[in-house]
Order: sequence, then structure tokens, then C-alpha cells
Amino acid sequence: MITELGHFALALALAVAIIQATVPMIGAARNNVAWMALARPAALALMGLIGFSFGSLIHAFIVSDFSVVGVYENSHTAQPLIYKISGAWGNHEGSMMLWITILGIFGASVAAFGENLPPALRARALAVQGMIAAGFIGFILFTSNPFLRLDPAPLEGRGVNPILQDPGLALHPPMLYLGYVGFSMAFSFAVAALIEGRVDAAWARWVRPWTLAAWTFLTLGIGLGSWWAYTELGWGGWWFWDPVENASFMPWLCGTALLHSAIVVEKREALKSWTVLLAIITFSLSLLGTFLVRSGILTSVHAFASDPTRGIFVLALLIISIGGSLVLYAVRAPTLEGGGVFAPISREGGLLLNNLFLATACATVLLGTLYPLIAETLDLGKITVGPPYFNGVFVPLMVPLIVTAGVGPLMAWKRGDLAAARLRLAIAAAVALIVIGVSAALQHNNWHDFAAAGGLGLAAWMSLAAITEWWERVKPLQSGAFGRLRHLPRAAYGMTLAHLGLGVVIAGVTASTAWKQEHIQTQAPGDSISFAGYTVTFEGAADFVGPNYSGQRGSFAVKKGERVVATLTPERRVYIQPQQQTTEADILTTPLADIYTVLGDPQADGKSYVTRMYYQPLVPWIWMGVVLMGLGGLVSLSDRRLRIGAPRRAAAKLNPQPAE
Amino acid sequence: MAKRWPYLVPLAVIAILFAIFGKRLVDVEQGFNPAMIPSVLNGKPMPEFDLPGLPGRTNDRGFKTADLKGQVSLVNVWGSWCVGCLQEHPNLVKLTQGSGIPVHGIAWRDKPEASLAWLRKQGDPYTLVGQDPDSRTAIALGITGAPETFLVDPYGRIVFKWANQITPEVWQKEFLPRIAQLRK
Amino acid sequence: MKLRTFFAALVFALPLWAVEPNEMLADPALEARAREVSKALRCVVCQNETIDESHAEIAGDMRKMVRARITAGDSNEQILNYMLASYGDFVLLRPRFTGATLLLWLGPPLLLLLGLFAVRRRLRTHAAGPAPLTSEERAALAVLEKDKA
Repeated sequence: MITELGHFALALALAVAIIQATVPMIGAARNNVAWMALARPAALALMGLIGFSFGSLIHAFIVSDFSVVGVYENSHTAQPLIYKISGAWGNHEGSMMLWITILGIFGASVAAFGENLPPALRARALAVQGMIAAGFIGFILFTSNPFLRLDPAPLEGRGVNPILQDPGLALHPPMLYLGYVGFSMAFSFAVAALIEGRVDAAWARWVRPWTLAAWTFLTLGIGLGSWWAYTELGWGGWWFWDPVENASFMPWLCGTALLHSAIVVEKREALKSWTVLLAIITFSLSLLGTFLVRSGILTSVHAFASDPTRGIFVLALLIISIGGSLVLYAVRAPTLEGGGVFAPISREGGLLLNNLFLATACATVLLGTLYPLIAETLDLGKITVGPPYFNGVFVPLMVPLIVTAGVGPLMAWKRGDLAAARLRLAIAAAVALIVIGVSAALQHNNWHDFAAAGGLGLAAWMSLAAITEWWERVKPLQSGAFGRLRHLPRAAYGMTLAHLGLGVVIAGVTASTAWKQEHIQTQAPGDSISFAGYTVTFEGAADFVGPNYSGQRGSFAVKKGERVVATLTPERRVYIQPQQQTTEADILTTPLADIYTVLGDPQADGKSYVTRMYYQPLVPWIWMGVVLMGLGGLVSLSDRRLRIGAPRRAAAKLNPQPAE
Repeated sequence: MAKRWPYLVPLAVIAILFAIFGKRLVDVEQGFNPAMIPSVLNGKPMPEFDLPGLPGRTNDRGFKTADLKGQVSLVNVWGSWCVGCLQEHPNLVKLTQGSGIPVHGIAWRDKPEASLAWLRKQGDPYTLVGQDPDSRTAIALGITGAPETFLVDPYGRIVFKWANQITPEVWQKEFLPRIAQLRK
Repeated sequence: MKLRTFFAALVFALPLWAVEPNEMLADPALEARAREVSKALRCVVCQNETIDESHAEIAGDMRKMVRARITAGDSNEQILNYMLASYGDFVLLRPRFTGATLLLWLGPPLLLLLGLFAVRRRLRTHAAGPAPLTSEERAALAVLEKDKA
């Protein structure tokens, strides 16, 4: 019954979304206040209906109502509650429900907190949100109904894929979607601004917090996904340049560019049409990500739903949303330019370079991801574009980006002083060089080692430059430091944290790529392996039974010198339903490295096992850096200026502009 | 006013991309299988192999590349573990019977006893059979799954590869015209 | 409905391991080369996995073949070419530079150059003379000042 109500609520939501998409838009065009005002209650009602609908689906998962197809296919009574719930979005239909739920939440937030937005802009932005919602609800209702029933209802479900039964992956889709969908706000505001024909500092101030929120979630979401792959897939890799990963990485790169260019619009009213374009493209890439995963157009390790009929529906959606907004852009954007003058060496110049590298990097990932598809469709043959391509092309683009990111924040707006900045960054540069020297002196077996030394140097440069900038603003050693510390805007702290985080990520990525050690062997109980100052002894394995799986649990004593620092217990599990074997690595995390142990197949004697161990230097820094970046986003979001929103467009009224 | 054309670039790029996506979707709809890897060996000489036969089979002398010279022939890669092969087999027996074209078999990733038992049960249409337990020949032939069937010309060159089951329709449409061509 | 049996379908029934200790070469230098070659080859029945990390049977056989050829004295290049001859470009994770991949390899540097060119133009056209504050800039200034207050 609740399920039918949920289905009905979704149908009703479609009607509301269509109203939200049309009435306020027409109202804004005709300057009809009442019609425009409809946008807010509609957005709130939409969220209520979608929320109820998704809630009813989750309810069906919690109570294991196997008369619902999705529950039957993706749940099992023996699953722990958290995985019953996450099973709701661990499949195509449910994940689309999660998608629109988050869309509803964002739309409702604008309605609820968009007090200070000009009514016409708010009405138009919400109308665009309504269009997106209508498209996706239609997609769900017509091609991916999550409320389909089974009669008679099976007694037991088929269970969710065990490798998806992991806390990291339970949280990964919601985070990722908060990011993807969050960029719809920037998109809606961009389209609304194009319709209005006006982009100004105030517009940028409204867009920035939404973009920042989306970026923060996406950063954490990608981090979680990567962490899941690292802990769950059992060979200690954390990034594979897989199409599904790339699909989330592209909006991140583009969104990062948007975040930075919106600052230029806000402070200097320059780069307007570029920023609007980035807003459109960022969300378009989020949609493309959804499309690539769901259509069967690209197949990948963890694409969990593929169906060409859906593909055609989504393609139509994409053509309307992306194509439509780019047509609007082509017509209206030429009228937007104007804006601030700045010298090449300036904060704007730095941010422009940042955008150039990020946009090129994003385009590169897109090209590499789609190229096999393009080549095959155009009969150029079947090719594979793998990690060697991405690493080879992506990394060279990141190096100048990082160098710029260190200098840029120290530049003044309009005209910066490179010589002065050079002086102020002397310490950072010196330390970076020392790091490179020390690293190269310690490890110099092949060119990988020298590349890694460079990577560590960049990491040091990035982190220290961020700290230098903060130091210069706070001047901790001079009187009044406390006051400056307190009055420094939160946004400035946010930037420092995020840049610092990036530096930490780079260090982690570099060291773990270059100096990862792998030991694969057959061990009898009592056998030891020594590496990197540790001795790991296999103490044997024993059978055990878990809630919905059974298997063997190994025991490894990790010693440093004579002292036992940890006992690791990796598992090999066989799940009851679906019958699948998985491995649970056990990892000892230290500040400088992870010791990663995996239990493999038992040998004929019943006591020996194949075991795998990885020494992963600085891997924890990757997650630490991602958390720092996310924290930077959150701190920046809490900035008073963003929190209370932008000023009304009073300033713009002083200088009336022609509407178009 | 600035030039207008740069603002059309994003639209143009996305239009091309959409056209490609559209074509791809149509292709997939029409039965194109993205998981299939097209053979790169068509028109090339059959890679060298010399496979041992199945001990206990009437003709157990094995199968090697040189055996393919002199007449049009088929090479069928199969395994007793392979469900698709089981479904294909009756067709293979029936269609090639009386066609005057020898069919040779490569027993892939299989134990010889298992292959032999399977042939005894399902019927043995093969002229020569070689076993390839560790995929050495399969890899040289660019095999990705079973069954796969090669059509080979009298000079020992691969005419084409059918990387799926042979059904009567496939035989009519893909094999017979090519065989007729070769016999001209 | 595809009735053909792909090994990929069997993945979950198999042990989850890629490289097994018993297939590894005793000589660490040769083994390191085998790993390097394995990481450059795509598992032909998987989706985006190298044969080094794949647990499909054919990937295992390809790993063994790589090691056999290394032991027999083949260079890395020769092994890659051998696989290329039987499976085509699909098997190489690093696409070759050919006519078909021209855009793939030249696209990124070309884009960067175009971008740099556009940035330079933007700076030139906008940096011509120290123009007085525009109305927009004054508006922005008013916003900023109001904010500071």
C-alpha cells in the first residue's frame, strides 16, 4: 500500500514539476508576480512528494517487501540494516530516485533560503530546476519504475552484490549525487541569468555557495569511492581511470574551475560569459556521467545498469537540457562581456591560468573516456584508452596548475607584483627544492623515482605556499595577530585548507604510486615477510561465520623491530545470497604508510595460504588531503558573507543597464 | 560587440558528440554488441600451431597449421565446459554434413578425457581435433570466448571469423556466400 | 539474448586472485618485466582491467604466456606486438600513435595552445589602456564598500 502511495506521489510530483517549470517562467517573462511566486510553494511541494516517494521505497527495503521487484533483486533478509537501506540506491531505479530526491532538496533550499534573490531570477532558476526534475521524474516513471510489483511475492530476495556491502559505498552514491545534482543550481542560475541577460557580482555571489556546496560533496564523494576501491577490491589500488570514475572526475575538474572563475566575476565582474559556460558544462558533465553509466554506451567495471531504451530517453533529455542551454548561451552570451581590466600578472591572471589548465585537463579526460566510443562508431577500429594515456597526458597539465596555484593567491587583483611574490614564496620554493633533492638522494633507481621526487616537491610547494599566504595575512609574530586571526574571512581559511589539502593529496598520490611494494607468496603458519622495517608473520587462518556470509579469517602479526604493533585479520568471505566470494583486506594505517594484508586461497595442506601484502607509503595522506579539501569547502561555506547571502542588487540599480 | 562565432563552439562540439551518441545507440539497438572484439586476423595467414590430438579418438594425430592447405575448411574452437558450444553443436553437425567442407576442432582449455567424452555424447563432426589446454593457440588466434569459428581458404588464410554460435541463419547468411565465393 | 559463453560471466565463480605465487618467475628482474608487460595489456573479456589485475581465466593464460615469452628471451616490445597481432589495438592499454588516434594524442596539447592563445587575446583586448572605471566596476565597488561597512 505504502509502495502504491509512493508511486502515486511520484506521478503527482511530475505534475508539480511541470507546473514549476512553466508557470513561474511565463510569470517572469510577463512580470506577473503571482505566477512567479508560485515557484516557491511548488518547489517545496515537489520536495515533499519526491521525499515521500523515496521514503516509501526505502520503507519497502527496510521491511524486505519482496513483492517489489527492486527489493527482491537487491535485498535479502539476512543483510544488515544499513545495507538494506543502501540497497535502495545500489541499483539503477533506486539510484535515480536518490538523484531526484537530492534535486528536490536543492530546489526546496532555494525556495526556503532564497529570500534575498530578485523574484524574477528566483522564479526562472526554480523553473529550470523544475524542468530538470520533470525530465528525470519522467525518465523514472516511463523507463525505470522502482515500484514495480511481483505477484506472487518471492519469499526471499536475491541480495545486493557483496562487494557493494561496505560502509564507504553505502555513503558514496549520496555524496556523489549531492555533488552532481548540486551543480544543477549553478546551471539553473546560469540559464536564468542568460534569459535575463544579466550576470553581475551579485549573481556570482548567489551561485558561489551552491557551487561550493556541490564541490565539497563531490570531493568527499569521489574520495569515498576511491577509498572503497582501495579497501574493498583487494589489490590496494585507489584510482583506475575507469569510465565511471572519470564520469565523476570531469564535473569535479570543471566545477573546480567554476569555483575559481566565479570569484573573478564576484570581485571583478570579468570572465562572465566564461563562468556561465563553465556552470552549464559542469552540470552537463554530471548529466553525461549519469548517461554514460546508464545507457550501455560505455561499459565499465562497476556500471550496474545498462539499457539502450533508457539511453535513448536520456539522450533526448541531454539534447534538450544541454543543447537548449548552449543555444541560449550562443545567443545571449555575446552580450555579457565587458568587465574588469587586469594585467597578465594579477590575481585574475592566475585564476584565468587555473581555469585554462583545469578546463584542458577536463577536456582531456573527456576525450580519453569517449575516444574508444568515438573511434568505434566512426569505424576507426576498436581501441582501448587506459591509465597510461591518462597519466601521461593529465599529469603534465597538473604541474603548471600547481605551480600557478601557489603563486596566484599572493597576487593582488588587477596588477600583481611577481617579484614581490617570488620573494615571499622563497621559503616555499626552497623547501620544495630541498624535498626534491632529499627524495632524489634517497631513491634514484629509475626515472620513476625522479618523477616522484618532483611530485613530492610540488606537494611541498603547494602546501607551503598556502601556509605562506595565510601567514602573510595573519602575521602571527606581530602584535594584533589574534585580531587578524579572528577577522580573516572564513572563505580565506577555506582556501588555505583546500589548497593545503591538495598539497597533501599530491604527496600521497606520488609516494604511493612510485614506492608501493607488493609481496605475493604462499605462507604456512609462522612464515614471515619483512619489508620497510616491518616484519609480518602469518599466524594461520580459521573458519568463522558472519551475519550473511562465512569464510576464513587470517591472522597476521605486524612487528616493528621486536615489538608487535598490530595484529591484522583479513578475511575471505563467501556470501550466502548471492553466492559470491569477496576479500576483506585488513589495513594497518600509520601516519607514513599503510600495511595492507589480504588472505588468498588455502593450499592443499589446509594450513598454508596464498597471502598478499602491500606497503603503501603515504596512502593515508590521500584521504587526509581529501578531508582537508572538503573541510576547506565547509569552512568557506560558513563564511558570513555567503551565509547571509549576497546583497540585494541595490548597487546595480545605481547604474541601470539596458535589459539586454 | 565581440565576435559571435566563438560562442557557437560549445554548441558545435556537443552537437557532434550527440550525433555520435545517437549513432551508437542506434547501432546497439540494431544488435551491435559493444563487448565483441572484431577479428584483426581476417585476410591473414592462420598463425602457426601444432596441437596434440585427443588420445582415444579414431583420428588422434592432432592438428597443425599445415593441415589447412589445399581446400576450404572451418576451424571451430570449443570446450566441453562451454554452454554455447553445446547449443551450437547440433547445428554444426547438421550444417556441415555433406557440405564437403572439413571442420576441424580446437578443444580449448579442456581436459582431453572431457573433450572426448563430450564428442562421444554430442557427435563428432570434426576431421581433425587438436587440444589447446593452456590457450597458447587461442591467444594467437585472438580468441575471447567459445564457440568461435574461422573460415579458412585453400592457401591457409583466414577469410573471416564468426565469434558466436553458428545457427542455420548464420550459416546461410555469413558462411555459404563466402564459401561459394572461395570455390569460384 | 546472447548465448555465447564469455569467461567474464564466470568471474565470480573463480578465485579472486590475479597473479598467483606459482606463476611468478624466480628471477625478480624478469618477474618485474612480466608485471610491467601485464600492466600494459588489457584483459580481453573484462571491462577496463589489465591482465595483471584480472582474475578471468584467459587473462591468467595470457599472463603465463607473457612469462613464457620473457623466459624465452622476447623483449617487452615483442610480446606487446605479438598480442597486438592477435587481438588488435584493443589489447593495448596505451593506444598507439596512429591515424586513428591522432586526435586523441594531439587533442590535449592543441587545446592547451588554443586556450593560451585565447587567454592572450583576452588580455590584449582588455588591457589596452588603463581605462577608467566602467559603470559596472563602480557598481562592484559600491557593493564591496557597502559590504565592508
